[in-house]
Amino acid sequence: MGEALIELKDIYKIYQMGDEEVRANDGITLTIYKGEFVAIVGKSGSGKSTLMNIIGALDVPTDGSYYLGGEDVSDMSDDQLAAIRNRMIGFIFQQYNLLPKLNLLENVELPLLYAGVGREERQERAMKSLERVGLKEKWRNMPNQLSGGQQQRVSIARALAGDPSLILADEPTGALDSRTSREVLDFLKQLNQEGNTIVMITHDNSIAVEAKRVVRIYDGKINFDGEVEDYAAII
Amino acid sequence: MLQSFKMAIKSILGNKMRSFLTMLGIIIGVASVIILVSIVNGYMSSVVDSFASMGVNQISVNVINLPSRSLDVNDTYEFYEENGDLFAQMTPVVTISTVVKHGNDSLDATNVGGYSEDYLAIKDYELETGRNIQYSDIVSRQKVCVVGYYVAHELFGSAENALDQTLKISGEAYKIVGVVERQDDEDLDEGGSDDFVWIPYSTATKLSRNGSIGSYIFTSKSVDDTDACKSALESFLYETFQNDDLYNVNANSEMLDSLNEQIAMMSGMLGGIAGISLLVAGVGVMNIMLVSVTERTREIGIRKALGAKRGVIMQQFVIEAAMTSSIGGVIGILLGSVATVVIGNAMGIDSPPTFGAILISFSVSVGIGLLFGYMPASRAAKLNPIDALRSE
Repeated sequence: MGEALIELKDIYKIYQMGDEEVRANDGITLTIYKGEFVAIVGKSGSGKSTLMNIIGALDVPTDGSYYLGGEDVSDMSDDQLAAIRNRMIGFIFQQYNLLPKLNLLENVELPLLYAGVGREERQERAMKSLERVGLKEKWRNMPNQLSGGQQQRVSIARALAGDPSLILADEPTGALDSRTSREVLDFLKQLNQEGNTIVMITHDNSIAVEAKRVVRIYDGKINFDGEVEDYAAII
Repeated sequence: MLQSFKMAIKSILGNKMRSFLTMLGIIIGVASVIILVSIVNGYMSSVVDSFASMGVNQISVNVINLPSRSLDVNDTYEFYEENGDLFAQMTPVVTISTVVKHGNDSLDATNVGGYSEDYLAIKDYELETGRNIQYSDIVSRQKVCVVGYYVAHELFGSAENALDQTLKISGEAYKIVGVVERQDDEDLDEGGSDDFVWIPYSTATKLSRNGSIGSYIFTSKSVDDTDACKSALESFLYETFQNDDLYNVNANSEMLDSLNEQIAMMSGMLGGIAGISLLVAGVGVMNIMLVSVTERTREIGIRKALGAKRGVIMQQFVIEAAMTSSIGGVIGILLGSVATVVIGNAMGIDSPPTFGAILISFSVSVGIGLLFGYMPASRAAKLNPIDALRSE
């Protein structure tokens, strides 16, 4: 195995719901190496979304430590987390989450804008990114002028624009039909072959098996972690 | 930063109706500040102007002459001439209560007084006909007089007819050498501003049987010199009387000062009332910005997920609020200025929109945007990206 990108050690995320204590993540230890394509699966309520928020530096764990690219993320401030997200992580969301009032180019430029990249370089890199997903010609369009699949490709372009160490996809095919889902998955595979580390969160086993490694979360704990072939055998 | 301005413009244009309604509060507030302050200033300065025409550079002196210590008119003239760089004009004032007669006609409300040759200039009057009292009249105590238009008109029918006629004052005959132009264009009344007889002060002193002169009017060369004139007079008078209870010196400009103070207070008060409407407008801005933050929770979440720091989000909303209110401020200034000129014309006063009111109301409106935009902006900046992303 190569260099570790994500190192989760004994991660707990505990919510207080009235008198009841909910352990969304209950002692998760997980290491993901550079160049992997990992699917994190689990039913709704299993704690996979909480895990994804922690991996994505959108949230900090109640207890435990999280190193992302060697940096301790577990108790960073709001602004430090924002900087880490900007530099290290490209998000792909189920609902695409494009800004409706910006055109495609401006949407893809956003992470670069927050990274402080100058205007010319920003546009150039954003354009290249759009080219990779095959939407270069439509850069002037607004998101609502595109189909769902195209919008998801824009969001992939946005995730790639900042050249992040990790691509974190949250149910990337959840809102797409099977044909466009296939396209998106193939694209993710291709990105992985080009050397990108991809973590994909899904509830759908048929999507999970597209990855190389599968981690299954159940009741806030990992109850399976292994090669996709082994996973396919048990489902 | 530039990006934040662009986004602010986009957002303002994207919600034209709402932006306009938000601005409306600011527009009304700014316009009313400008209108109220400028109209009050215009009105008051017209009051000041009419007051100034009554002689702001006049300084009146009243003394109580005692047998042991008294102010001699020649000493006063000597003092006046020594201070020729400060004073422009001077006249002793000797008022006489008497009845003016001509034949069987008599005028008993006429103001009769003894003055120097400077009095006509001090009053800023012009002669209708004839000549003014002269220095030689004073030296030789001539029984001559200059009369007001009412006196000439009432006793002789016209100014021309009055010239070289005689009046009886306290039983003695005075020759009319000059008639003063009509002062009051509306009324020609008994005891009014055209009902007076001026005689040489030397003659008047004799007539009053008092022998000493208790009042003087000085004028300063410039209104700015009033203080210097006043203190020169006071030290001169103290030398003579050795007691400051025996004389007093009053400058008309002091009254002007207190009038100006009242004006400032008045316009400050009205400005304050209008300022309250600006404050209300500010609350309106805050309200809309809060709605805007709530509406755009998801957008904020996306931006934060992509790496926007608190400061950036903050900046975006503060700039939007400040921009909304400053655009409102500019429209308010234009509207207020136009309205001020229109209302001023309708009231018949010259009331240019004051620069101060414009400056203050504009900076207040921008300030309001920043201040009231801050709270919603900081709320936006502190949003948790996960919650924000989850919102629909």
